[in-house]
Amino acid sequence: MSNAQFEIQLIASLVAIACAIPGTFLVLRKMAMISDAISHAILPGLVIGFFITQDLNSPLLILLAALTGVVTVILVERIQKTGLVKEDTAIGLVFPALFSIGVIMIAKNANDVHLDVDAVLLGELAFAPFDRLIVAGINIGPKSLWIIGTILTITVGLLIAFFKELKVSTFDAGLSASLGFSPVVIHYGLMTMASITTVGAFDAVGAILVVALMIAPAACAYLLTTDLKKMLGLAIVFGVFAAVSGYWVAHWLDASIAGSITTMLGVVFLIVYLFAPNKGLIAVMYREKQQRIEVSLLTFLLHLKNHNEKEERHVNHLNEHINWQKVKSKTVLDLALKNNMILIDDKIVALTDKGDEFTSKAIDYIITNEDAQIEDMKEDFFLFRG
Amino acid sequence: MNSRDTMINTNPSNEIPASQSVDEAGAGILAVKVDDLTVAYNYKPVLWDIDLEIPEGVLMAIVGPNGAGKSTLIKAILGILKPIAGSVSIYGKPYHKQRSLVAYVPQKGSVDWDFPTVALDVVMMGTYGSLGWIKRPGVKEKKAALEALEKVGMLPFKNRQISQLSGGQQQRIFLARALVQDASIYFMDEPFQGVDATTEIAIINILKELRKAGKTVVVVHHDLQTVPEYFDWVTFLNVKKIATGPVKDIFNDDNLTKTYGINYKVSVQK
Repeated sequence: MSNAQFEIQLIASLVAIACAIPGTFLVLRKMAMISDAISHAILPGLVIGFFITQDLNSPLLILLAALTGVVTVILVERIQKTGLVKEDTAIGLVFPALFSIGVIMIAKNANDVHLDVDAVLLGELAFAPFDRLIVAGINIGPKSLWIIGTILTITVGLLIAFFKELKVSTFDAGLSASLGFSPVVIHYGLMTMASITTVGAFDAVGAILVVALMIAPAACAYLLTTDLKKMLGLAIVFGVFAAVSGYWVAHWLDASIAGSITTMLGVVFLIVYLFAPNKGLIAVMYREKQQRIEVSLLTFLLHLKNHNEKEERHVNHLNEHINWQKVKSKTVLDLALKNNMILIDDKIVALTDKGDEFTSKAIDYIITNEDAQIEDMKEDFFLFRG
Repeated sequence: MNSRDTMINTNPSNEIPASQSVDEAGAGILAVKVDDLTVAYNYKPVLWDIDLEIPEGVLMAIVGPNGAGKSTLIKAILGILKPIAGSVSIYGKPYHKQRSLVAYVPQKGSVDWDFPTVALDVVMMGTYGSLGWIKRPGVKEKKAALEALEKVGMLPFKNRQISQLSGGQQQRIFLARALVQDASIYFMDEPFQGVDATTEIAIINILKELRKAGKTVVVVHHDLQTVPEYFDWVTFLNVKKIATGPVKDIFNDDNLTKTYGINYKVSVQK
């Protein structure tokens, strides 16, 4: 692995971490699309900043562009507040307008510089190692690495300092306000940080990948954990994994690095979406199947409890009485037998003591809907879980 | 102040000085004083010129039809919404100077229960106010949160993800979060919404204990039948304040009719 290859992966990984942190909060605040708006709308800010500074890596340019990001958020909120259109419509109105202004500005004035629409959308990660930062004649590494490293350091610092405030205002803005942590201040702080991160990452990876790196890792992590700190950690892990593996996929396919990283993010999400232990599609389907069987089991047990007549409890007549198909009856019968809830004596089914007790408890729960009584049953049965 | 005075008293110049006790049943000290409060959403007023005095140590229900501005009133008192006119004072000072004296229980539906956190963590949030910015909760805060969970009977569920709790349990968690703030005044927005009978009784018992301990409790309430049983003070609200005072004096058909606009009869009225 050459030095340039290592640098590209390092830049991509730092970008992934810097994006995953604000991204996690955007996902939890149901504001994923605002990152899309910011990433496009900062273009005019970048262009104006470039006219002023004549340097694509100037901190002033980053701040100006980030300011455009915050302006985007304010515009979206203003339009939304009129009550005439919904938030998604407001986003759809604001960012194409700003982005197109940027596109026209580039076309009119900046044709001769290294700032074109392709680069803006897809980034130029492969070229990042060529643009070095030279201080006092010494080459201290790629400029992108320094920019994103600085932004990441600020992001992590702010996250550690204001973790509690971010958490409470994201979960419960009303409480946050009543406690004196202004949700407005925290909201705009987060938006500013998301904008700065977007601008910093943008030059390296482009507008589309920035959005993907903010949202996809957080979305994966959300499906896997019930702890905010773990969610942040997992989002970072997924982001870095996609960045590194995406680089090698691009290397292998000789394709765009940004495109490959985004594809990897999609692949990772698909895997998590299918296989996440609790919220994953397969887990949910399995749980629903179990619940169906258990509802059937309970229906069957209730039938036994309610009917003492022999003909109602004959194995061969069960189908007719409960109106079930043969296969289902057999599954349910087997399940009840396995759990020692019924006895079959000369083809007549009877409840055991355990089955009787279980049925009473279950009915009790269904009628009173009180949780305390079935805490111990929850382990065994899906039916009673959330 | 009786209800008729309130109806007429829409002119701010008629304002009663704070020193004058609002009612003989009140202890004399005012926990909350609201003057000429008007709140608007998009320039459409949802609360008109509210004057309200809440004496210390009462357990008060705020009742009124849907859209009467009950939640809005609480949010405006707590500074969550900016009024277009009027002022609020908590023990004689503006709210932002008295935050530590006030605890707030928002409507259960106002938060996302799928948020990745557990019951204990939500209760800990109640301690954030006393910590202030940046400082993090430590052992002391955790201990207080565990005690509050114990008080509402939710200790066994402390590590349960909040979406895995029933509606009543979620409400108890919110109550525990308010208890942990150890405030003097508690504002609660429909704490009985969507909870079972057992939880409702558990909650009201805790509220009564708070009042016994000298705290002031203000509850947005929907079920008129239980007002006389649960509360000792009541405020009738419907965009304007209709009446406020001890339940035994003002909880009558006349005020109910004025508030709800239909001929109201309270069956459980003593």
